[in-house]
Amino acid sequence: MKPRSFEYIRATSLDDVFVVLDKHDDDAKILAGGQSLVPAMNMRFAAPEILIDIADVDALKGIALNGDVLTIGAMNRHVDVLNSADVATHAPLISAAMPNIAHATIRNRGTFGGSLCNADPASELPACAIAANARFNIQSSAGARRVAAAEFFEGTYATCMEANEVLVSVDVPIAKPTTHVYFDELARRKGDYAMAGLAAQADIKGGKFTSANFVYFAVSEMAAYSKALSQMLVGSKIAKVDVDAVCAALGDDIIPFEDLTTSGAAKAHMMNVLTRRALAAFQEASA
Amino acid sequence: MSASTPVGTPVTITVNGEAMTALVEPRTSLADFLRETGLTGTHVGCEHGVCGACTVMVDGVTARGCLTLAVQCDGGEVETIEGATEAGRLKDLQDNFVEKNSLQCGFCTPGMVLTADELLRQNPSPTREEIREHMSGNYCRCTGYQAIVDAVELTAKQRRGGSLR
Repeated sequence: MKPRSFEYIRATSLDDVFVVLDKHDDDAKILAGGQSLVPAMNMRFAAPEILIDIADVDALKGIALNGDVLTIGAMNRHVDVLNSADVATHAPLISAAMPNIAHATIRNRGTFGGSLCNADPASELPACAIAANARFNIQSSAGARRVAAAEFFEGTYATCMEANEVLVSVDVPIAKPTTHVYFDELARRKGDYAMAGLAAQADIKGGKFTSANFVYFAVSEMAAYSKALSQMLVGSKIAKVDVDAVCAALGDDIIPFEDLTTSGAAKAHMMNVLTRRALAAFQEASA
Repeated sequence: MSASTPVGTPVTITVNGEAMTALVEPRTSLADFLRETGLTGTHVGCEHGVCGACTVMVDGVTARGCLTLAVQCDGGEVETIEGATEAGRLKDLQDNFVEKNSLQCGFCTPGMVLTADELLRQNPSPTREEIREHMSGNYCRCTGYQAIVDAVELTAKQRRGGSLR
């Protein structure tokens, strides 16, 4: 399983990347960590004519606190995000998710931005970005734009990015003392794709939810935010939450699909399990 | 920026301490590049990143040789199982793999040993659960894994100055 032939360009600046993308459009693909693109090319699911290696583009690097957001550059390797004290402090949901991404060796090369742009429905970061109200900084030769996480993802392996655009960084609103997070995924073996996962971030003030973002992944075509849970929980006291009612509302709100290994019914059950664990964790943390 | 045609591009990669210059197609994986130079300790298994048989060291950390293009390593440093063995830093792990019968066909073994070594450098006292977690990206079809975990655990204890018999 060898990939088809292609031309390889090593960019040293964002402008380099824009020049190639503008000229070649769909025929050119960005190579970041390669941990999703190269397997697809090895299996010939993807056969771009040109690969633009962005590993040397400094504009895509760095993790920096910018006032009330943490800006994470797209080219950060997963291992660096995992080990970042700033991410642990200011973006705890992402920090909690990182050890669940693939395996250690994959995390040495795979990138934060690459995973987001790949938009695998079973992946962790899209769900975390939505739950944390992250904003995506996208650039092209035509300029820059910002997109909320909830609008960035459009479907399986589909995002709102145009062929000539580059994800430069993601701004994550920093955690406050009232912020609580819960992350878990259920998989047959460590490192496998999740059968069901939950990235949850809530603000709990004086024992009451002031926000409740429950985002489920690996259960539908893309990460699924539960509007019903948010409506039900916001304004209510955490000590008085009727967990059964919450799970019933979830069951009506998000109906999981069946994939190669797991039935919809099994996924629905797993979503309930994860939701109960999240609510228990939030109860304990805010007590 | 630099561009290379599909036919061949010159790369210089420091492999096991020695600068190697060659003409490679961009699509050539690092694993294939290494094997074609005669360094066949790096094995090609699944070619999509899940089995770990192709594990090598790239710029000091483990990487999938099947998911890394040789051209990406231009100007970089690669260490294979051969180089790491010659450098001597795997000897205790390798001796314990033999001692504990942690290999049969040996296909997964170079990847296992490099990955285990990286774990022990990051976490000198892993639990068996932590060993299994870290090694979960390396598949073995022969041994059933138990003996591999035993060897890594024993090595960890020895490196900390104790021994487990």
